[in-house]
Amino acid sequence: MLKTKSLHFAYNPHQKFHFPDFELRHKENMLILGESGIGKTTLLHLLAGLLAPASGTVQLDGTDFSGLSSGKLDRFRGNHIGIVFQRPRFIQALTLEENLYLAQYLANKKRDDNRLSEVLKRLGIARHRKARAHRLSQGEQQRAAIALALINHPSLILADEPTSSLDDKNCSAVSELLLEQAEATAAMLVVITHDQRLKEIFHNTLELSGYNTHAPLQQAS
Amino acid sequence: MDIFRLSLKNIIARPLSSVLSLVLLTVGVGIISLLLQVNQHVRRQMDNNLNGIDMVIGAKGSPLQLILSAVYHVDMPTGNISLAEAEKLRHHPLIASGIPLSYGDSFEGYRIVGTNHDYPKNYKAKPVSGILWKQPFDVTLGAAVAAKLQLKPGDTFTGTHGLGEGGEGHDEHPYRVVGIFGYTHSVLDNLILTSLESVWEVHDHEGEGHHAHEDGALHPEHAGEHQEEEEADREITAMLLTFRNPLGMVQLPRLVNERTSMQAAVPAYELNRLFGLMGVGIDTLNAIAMAIIAIAGLSMFISLWNSLKDRKYEMALMRTYGASRWQVVWVVLQEAVLLTWIGFICGLIFSRAGLSILSSYTQTSYHYELSGWQFLPEEWMLLLIATGIGLVAAFIPAIQTFYINISKTLADA
Repeated sequence: MLKTKSLHFAYNPHQKFHFPDFELRHKENMLILGESGIGKTTLLHLLAGLLAPASGTVQLDGTDFSGLSSGKLDRFRGNHIGIVFQRPRFIQALTLEENLYLAQYLANKKRDDNRLSEVLKRLGIARHRKARAHRLSQGEQQRAAIALALINHPSLILADEPTSSLDDKNCSAVSELLLEQAEATAAMLVVITHDQRLKEIFHNTLELSGYNTHAPLQQAS
Repeated sequence: MDIFRLSLKNIIARPLSSVLSLVLLTVGVGIISLLLQVNQHVRRQMDNNLNGIDMVIGAKGSPLQLILSAVYHVDMPTGNISLAEAEKLRHHPLIASGIPLSYGDSFEGYRIVGTNHDYPKNYKAKPVSGILWKQPFDVTLGAAVAAKLQLKPGDTFTGTHGLGEGGEGHDEHPYRVVGIFGYTHSVLDNLILTSLESVWEVHDHEGEGHHAHEDGALHPEHAGEHQEEEEADREITAMLLTFRNPLGMVQLPRLVNERTSMQAAVPAYELNRLFGLMGVGIDTLNAIAMAIIAIAGLSMFISLWNSLKDRKYEMALMRTYGASRWQVVWVVLQEAVLLTWIGFICGLIFSRAGLSILSSYTQTSYHYELSGWQFLPEEWMLLLIATGIGLVAAFIPAIQTFYINISKTLADA
C-alpha cells in the first residue's frame, strides 16, 4: 500500500510544492497528470525516496521513508521500488543482462537467472540479453528499462513520462505493457505524465494543477 | 555482477584512456623497479667481493682502475709491481695479511689468476671436485667457468695472452684442471686460479726460451741461489691487504703512495666515489620515473573526471537500484586502484624482462648473471606509492560521486 500525507517540498522559498494526499492499494494503478513545472518529477522523486520532503510522509507497505537512514532507504528503494525513467538509460559498460544482474546485486538479492529470463521473455527482448543495452532500438530500450524496473519484484513501479515521445500506436502499446507487467509482478503502478492520451487507459487519475499543488485536495477519481 | 567486475568493465569500456594510464604506470614502475634490482645486484656483488680486503696495492695509475681490476677483475691491470717490495710492505706491523695476485692471461675470456691458497680461503671457496692447485700449471676453476666451458678435472687447455678472447696463445704451456670450486657468488666463480709460478713461468719462457729450466736442471747446486735472485725481480700485478687495526687505514695508504713506487687504493673509498658518480645518473632516472608515475596519476584523474561527467547519470541510476553512497564511491576508487595495480604488475614484468636482457649482456661481458625473482622491500614501497597516487587521483571524483544529487541528476538528463 502506498500512502502520502501532506507532502511539502521546497527547492527555494519561491518554488514550493504542496501535493494532495492519496492512497493506493495492492494491485491498484494510478495516473498522475499535470502540466510541466507543476512538480510531477518532484512528486515522483518523493515517492521513490530520492528526495526528502520538507514535511509530510510517504509510506510504502507500512514503511515510513522519513524513518529510514539514507543507506537503508537506498536498500529499501532497490528492493521495493522499480522506476521507469522518461528516457531509458543504462550502465553503458555493461550488457543488458549484466545491467539486470547489477540491479539484483545492488538490491542485495541473489543472482536469479530464472527471474531474469522470465522478465526478458515476457518483454520480448530475450534475444538481446548479451547486447549492450544502449545500442538497442528505441522500443527495445524502453522494454529493457521496464525489465530493469521489474527485475527485483518491486511492490511499486513508478513511471516518469513513459510515453511522451511516442506516437499514438506506441503510446498505447507501452502503457498496456506497463499495466500488464505490473499486473504480472503484482505491483502497484504509478504513471506520472502530462500525456492526456493516457487518461483513456487509466481509470484512477490524479490531476495536479496550480490549485491543488498549493492547497491539499482529496483524490480525484 | 558485483562492484569489482563493474569497475573492471568500466576500465575496459574506456580502452584508450585506460591504456594511456597503464603505459605510463608500466614505464614509471618498470624503470624504478629495474634500477632497484640492478642497484641491489651491484651492491651485493661489490660487497661480496670486497670480503676482507682493506687495501689494494699495485702499479701507479688510476686507483679506481686498480680496484676494478684487482678486486672485481673487470678492468685492465695498471701494470706490475715488484714482489719484493710488496712483500716488504706485507710485513709491516699494521698489516695482518696479504694475498699476491698475478694476472694478464685468459682462457675463453675467463681470467687466469696466479695467487696462493689464501685467495680462495678469503672467499670461503672449497673445491667440490678435485683439489687445489699444487704444481705449476695446475689450475682450479671457478664454478661458473667450469659450468660454462664444460671442463672437468683432468682436462687441459692453453691460455691466451691478454684478457680478451683471441689473444696470442701460450701453446707450449698447457694448463691442467685439477679441481673445481663450488659457487661462492663472488668474482671467484668466474676465475681460473693457479700458482704464481705458473704465470711467471709462462712469461719468463716467452722472453728467455727454455733457459731458466735448463739452467736449473744443469746446475742443481745453484738452484737455490738462482731462485733467490729471481725472487728479487719477480713481479706481481697487485696485492690484496688486510689491516691489523684501523690505524692502518690512516697511515698506510699515504705511506705507500708517497714513499714507494707502488700505489695503494682503499676499495671502500673508491667504491663510494664510484657510486657517487653513478648516483647522479641513478637519481636523475629515479626522478624521471617518479615524474612518469605522477603523470600516470594525472592521466588517471583526467580520465576518471571526464568519464564521471558522462557517468553521473549512471551513478544516480545505480543509487535508484539500491546502491548506497559508499558503493558508488567504491566503484570510482576501485577503478583507480585496479588500474594502478595492473600497471604495477605490468611494470614488474617490464623490469624483469629488462633485467633478463641486461643479464644476457652482463653474462657475455662480465660472466655475471642477474636474476630478478626476488621481490625487494623497496618494491613494496613502490606499490604503496603507486596505490597512493591512484587513490589521490580518484579522490576528487570520488567525493563528487559521494555527494551526487540523484534527483537533480536524473531530472536534468
